[in-house]
Amino acid sequence: MKSFSNTYIFVFSTVMVILVAAILSTAAMVLQPLQQKNIEVEKKRKILGSIHVESTSDNAETLYDQYILESYVVNTSGDPVDGVDAFGVNLKDELTKPADERYLPVFVGSLDDGSKEFVLPVRGVGLWGPIFGYVSLENDFNTIFGTNFDHDGETPGLGAEITTDWFQDQFVGKKIFNENGEFVSVEVSKKKADPNNPNQVDGIGGSTLTSKGLEYMLHDCLVLYEAYFQKQLN
Amino acid sequence: MKDKEPLFSSKNLKLLTNPLNDDNPITVQVLGICSALAITVKLEPAIVMTLSVLVVLAVSNVVISLLRNLIPPRIRIIVQLTVIASMVILVDQFLKAFAYDVSKQLSVFVGLIITNCIIMGRLEAFALSNKPWASFLDGVGNSAGYGLILIIVAFFRELLGSGELMGFPVLEKIGIYNIGYEDNGMMILPPMALMVVGIIIWVQRGRNRKLIEDK
Repeated sequence: MKSFSNTYIFVFSTVMVILVAAILSTAAMVLQPLQQKNIEVEKKRKILGSIHVESTSDNAETLYDQYILESYVVNTSGDPVDGVDAFGVNLKDELTKPADERYLPVFVGSLDDGSKEFVLPVRGVGLWGPIFGYVSLENDFNTIFGTNFDHDGETPGLGAEITTDWFQDQFVGKKIFNENGEFVSVEVSKKKADPNNPNQVDGIGGSTLTSKGLEYMLHDCLVLYEAYFQKQLN
Repeated sequence: MKDKEPLFSSKNLKLLTNPLNDDNPITVQVLGICSALAITVKLEPAIVMTLSVLVVLAVSNVVISLLRNLIPPRIRIIVQLTVIASMVILVDQFLKAFAYDVSKQLSVFVGLIITNCIIMGRLEAFALSNKPWASFLDGVGNSAGYGLILIIVAFFRELLGSGELMGFPVLEKIGIYNIGYEDNGMMILPPMALMVVGIIIWVQRGRNRKLIEDK
């Protein structure tokens, strides 16, 4: 085996590291606008998905402009916050702030039949990582119109099932307030859910922690909007 | 250059075909098992994973082979890891920019290609002592051998576990549910990947005499 001097090894590793750093940072800088665009398009697709508008990466932006009428930010007292772009608000950062300083985005959508939907972002923890999505409410601020859930690393076939239609369709028509008008959110039941219970859906067999995480996510994020709901209704 | 070896000489072809059967990285060398368990629940991620591993392994093999006389043996493992890690990051970045949906499906597993023992194994065992073209073929062959098993396992797991192939509800179309068939939820769980790999090894050893050890 050939032997190399220590100086050679130092020079070799220095050159290698600088070279690799240059290649990787160039790639990251060149590709970043494309990746950023993908993330924005995906966000628009998810917001559209929660009001049952099917979109592809190509037409998402046109459809978004067509169906999402306006977006604004409110605070936990339900008052509008001026000068903040709702689309740019990152819920992940907001949830680390004290409750009364959080910006809560609201996207107002309208479908072809003239109905009005209010799309609210939600975020929580699954088994392996964050789960997140959008919930759209009808204009009674109680009935769920649609949902769009996603996750970072839940198990395919188990926790990852939260993204499937069969799971999400259950939420359509469910209520987040109970008969007495108290905020209860929707329970993701481990047992078979009672079809007549408007505050309950079936969980996913074999993924109790993701199901429960989703239940907490809905409760913890939607409860922040409670004051906003009240103000809108009055 | 009369004695120059043809590009696809029988020796070179062996590099390509051996890992598919006699030298399969998963079933014979039992490497890369971890990812074979993790991403074989559905067919599509398994295929994309195969392609990603193919790109990473083929390119890293060539790079290491080109540098083989320059790399100081004392830091060769670090050099190999640097090359693999950079390739994996590049593949990940490209997927995020051009195939965003697929990159989301694979999530952390693209990053975990770095820890795939097959790649380090090939760099260390082959690329460090062979010419670039041979290393390239070796890289393609080994990732194909890896991918073959991945795809076979994913095929059975998706078909029996969720009744679909590439997301298409095959079993539902055949109408097999109407006669009382139910998906086997067990197939979705990681242990069943191990079982399927075990069955493949059993079948392969039963058919391939070269793999039967002397007593």
